[in-house]
Amino acid sequence: MSKFSMKERLEIPRQEMPTQNPEARRANFAEVTLGYTPELMLREAQRCLQCREPACVKGCPVGVKIPEFIAALCDEDLPRAVAEMKARNVMPAICGRVCPQETQCEALCILAKRGEPVAIGRLERYVGDYELEERVCPSSVRATPTGRRVAIVGSGPAGLTCAAALAGKGHDVTVFEALQSLGGVLGYGIPEFRLPKQVVQDEIDCLVQGLEIEVRLNTLIGRTFTVEELLEEEGYEAIFISSGAGLPNMVRIPGINLNGVMSANEFLTRVNLKKGYRFPEYDTPVKVGKKVAVIGAGNVAMDAARCALRLGTMRAQSNGGVPPEVHIVYRRSMDEVPARYEEFEHAREEGVHFNFLVNPVRIYGNERRAVSGMRVQRMELGEPDSSGRRRPLPIPGAEYDMDVDMVIMALGTRPNPLVFQDAARLERTKWGTVVADEETGKTTACPIWAGGDVVTGAATVISAMGAGQRAAASIDAYLGTGEW
Amino acid sequence: MYEIVYKETLSESNKLMVVIAPEVARKAKPGQFVIVRIDEQGERIPLTIADYDRDAGTVTLVFQEVGKSTMHMGTLTVGEGFRDLVGPLGHPTEIDELGTVVCIGGGVAIAAIYPIARGFKAAGNQVLSIIGARNRELLVWTERMEAISDELTVVTDDGSYGRRALVTEPLRELLEARAGEIAEVHAVGPAPMMKACVQTAQPFDIPVIVSLNTVMVDGTGMCGGCRVEIGGETRFVCVDGPSFDGHLVDWDMLMARQAFYREEEQYAVAHWQKECRLLAAKGEV
Ligand code: FES
Repeated sequence: MSKFSMKERLEIPRQEMPTQNPEARRANFAEVTLGYTPELMLREAQRCLQCREPACVKGCPVGVKIPEFIAALCDEDLPRAVAEMKARNVMPAICGRVCPQETQCEALCILAKRGEPVAIGRLERYVGDYELEERVCPSSVRATPTGRRVAIVGSGPAGLTCAAALAGKGHDVTVFEALQSLGGVLGYGIPEFRLPKQVVQDEIDCLVQGLEIEVRLNTLIGRTFTVEELLEEEGYEAIFISSGAGLPNMVRIPGINLNGVMSANEFLTRVNLKKGYRFPEYDTPVKVGKKVAVIGAGNVAMDAARCALRLGTMRAQSNGGVPPEVHIVYRRSMDEVPARYEEFEHAREEGVHFNFLVNPVRIYGNERRAVSGMRVQRMELGEPDSSGRRRPLPIPGAEYDMDVDMVIMALGTRPNPLVFQDAARLERTKWGTVVADEETGKTTACPIWAGGDVVTGAATVISAMGAGQRAAASIDAYLGTGEW
Repeated sequence: MYEIVYKETLSESNKLMVVIAPEVARKAKPGQFVIVRIDEQGERIPLTIADYDRDAGTVTLVFQEVGKSTMHMGTLTVGEGFRDLVGPLGHPTEIDELGTVVCIGGGVAIAAIYPIARGFKAAGNQVLSIIGARNRELLVWTERMEAISDELTVVTDDGSYGRRALVTEPLRELLEARAGEIAEVHAVGPAPMMKACVQTAQPFDIPVIVSLNTVMVDGTGMCGGCRVEIGGETRFVCVDGPSFDGHLVDWDMLMARQAFYREEEQYAVAHWQKECRLLAAKGEV
C-alpha cells in the first residue's frame, strides 16, 4: 500500500470497465460489461485512500469491509480479498454487477467529492469473479451443528443471505423455492446480459454446498405446505419469509388482455429463466413485436426493452428481416426515470427510444384480438406528490396514437399473497406487503420473520440482502434465548 | 427427479402416468393441477391431477400428445421421470352436498372431471355424468366414470361408441327433464365444448362451473400469461382458478389467448419430429 503517495493516488483516473460496443451487443445476450483486467483492477484499487473512518462502508446495506478488501487487492493478495469480502457479502459476483453503487458506497466515497469515486462495485465484481474461478474460500465455514431447524421461504437475495448466515452459525437450514431453480429475481428477472445465469448459479451453488443448506425446489409455500404447517408438522422452529414481490401490476385500461400485451415478468421469465431466445432448442417460445412499447422506466422496464431489442435484432439477422423499434413509454420526464443511470444509458446507446410525459390510455386490437396500436395521453408535471416527485397530469385533449404491435407492462410488482394462505396472524399493509420490524425482521407472529421485497415492495438486491442478514442475527438470538 | 412408476397407453395419443410426488399427493384435491418440466430445456406444462394416492405418495397424470412437449412426455418410460413437478396448484373445486350434480368431461379431460365427479359422489350427491370424445379411440376412463356415477351417458361425434352426439345434447335433455333437481353442472374439456355447455344451460339458469386451461409460465401468479376475463375482471387462472363460473367467462378472449403461440407450437412439433427421424436414422446405421 505504501508504494504510492497520496498525491500519486489522487492522480490516477477512475478506470473504465471494458464493454461490448452497442452495435454488437444489440444482437446478442452476452454480458455487456466485460470486467476489469488484472491491470485495470490494480490501477483502480490503488486509487483508494484507505480512509481511517471510511464513509463508503456506511453506504453498504451489508457493511462490506471495503478498505480492507481493496487493500488486499493492492497487495495482489486475492485470497485475502475474497475472505474480507465474504465475511460480509456471500454474493460479490452478483452484487458487483447489479448493486446501485452510485447511490450507496460510491456516493459516500471521499473521492466522490472530486467527482470520481473509487469504482468499488467493479472491484467487488473482480473479487467475486476471481472466487468463482479459483474457489479459494474454504468450502465450509460452519460452526458446530446446533440441530435447530429454520425454514427460508424463497431463494432470492434476502433468503439466501439469511440462509447462509444461519447455516454459518451451525443451524439446520432449508430453503423452499417455488420455481425450478434458486435465485428468485436473480434468475427470472435480471437478464443474462446484465447478470449471466452461470454466475448466479455458480455463486449460489458455492454458497449452498459449502454451508450444507438443504434446498427444496418446486415447493410452493401456501400450496405444497402452508407456513403454519412448516411450524406445526414439519418441525421448523423459525421461519424467514423472503418470497419477494413477484406479482405484476397490470393497469386497468381497455385492451389490457389482448394478445401481445404482457407483463415484464412474463416476458423476462420466458427470456431469462426459460431461455426463450434459444427456442426451439429450449421449448418455451417467446414472441417479440416489430414495434414494441414498454410501459414504465424502472430497471425492469430497461431490462424488458433491451431484451426485446436483442431478441428482435437476432431474429431479424437470421431471417433477413428488419430489427424492431423499441420504445420506453413513461408518464414522467427524464429527470424522474427510476432506473439506474447506467441501465438507462446502456438502453439509449443500444437504440431504445424514449417517450417521456406520455401515458397509455387504451390498447387497440385487431380481429384476431392481437395488439394493433396504442392510444397515449400527453402529460405535464404538476406539484410534487407524496413520493416527492412532480405529479404527472394529463394535458386535456392531447392524445395521439402509437403504432405498436406489442406492449410490455413494467409498472412494478407487489408480493404474492399465496404465501399468506392460512397464515392470517401475519399482519399485512394495504399494499400487500408484510409488516416486519426494520431492524430485526420480526413479523407480528412469533416465530416468523420476513425481509426483502415482500416487506419493502420491489427494491434492490443489496437492500434485500441486508434485511436477510439482520433477520439472521435476530433468529440466531431467538434460537439461543427462546426470547421473541 | 420425480419418477414415473407406472405408464399406460390409453390410446394412440392418450397416455397415463403415475408419478412419485408425495408432498403433492398428500395435499391434492379435486380440480387442482401440477406443472411438470421434463428436462433442462423443457417448458413448464400444466396438467390436471387426475388421481392421487396419498399412501403410495403418487399422482396420476393423463395427457394427450398434442404438442412437442406432450409428445416428448409420451416417450418417457417407467423408471424415467420429470426434472420438475410442482403442486398442487390452483384452488380445489368447491365440493358440497348439493343434491344432484351433472359432471361433463370431453376427450382427455374426462380424466380431469373424474376426481371432481368422484368427490361429489363421496359428498353424498347424485352424480349424472356425460362424457364424450371425437371417436371411441379418444375416450378415456369410461369404466372409472361408470363406477362413480349414478348415471353415465357416453357420446362420440362419429357414433363409434355410445350415442352419436355432442355432450350438449344429453345435457339439454337432462336439464329439460330434471331442471328443478339439478343444482350445478361441472364441465371440463376443450374451450368450445365448455362454452357450448354454458350456452345450453343458460336458459335453465343453472350454474356451470368450468375448469380453464390457458397458456401458463410459472403457475404461481407471477407472470399473468394465464389471464382471462371473468365478468369483465382480469383473473389469473393459475391462482384465482382454474374453476370459474362459466356464465361469466369471456370465451372468445380465452380462445384467442390459447391460440397466441400456435405458430411456435407447430414449428416446435415439426422440429421435434425431424429430430426424432434423425435420431432414428442414426440408430439404424
Ligand atoms: S401462469 Fe404465470 S401467473 Fe398464472
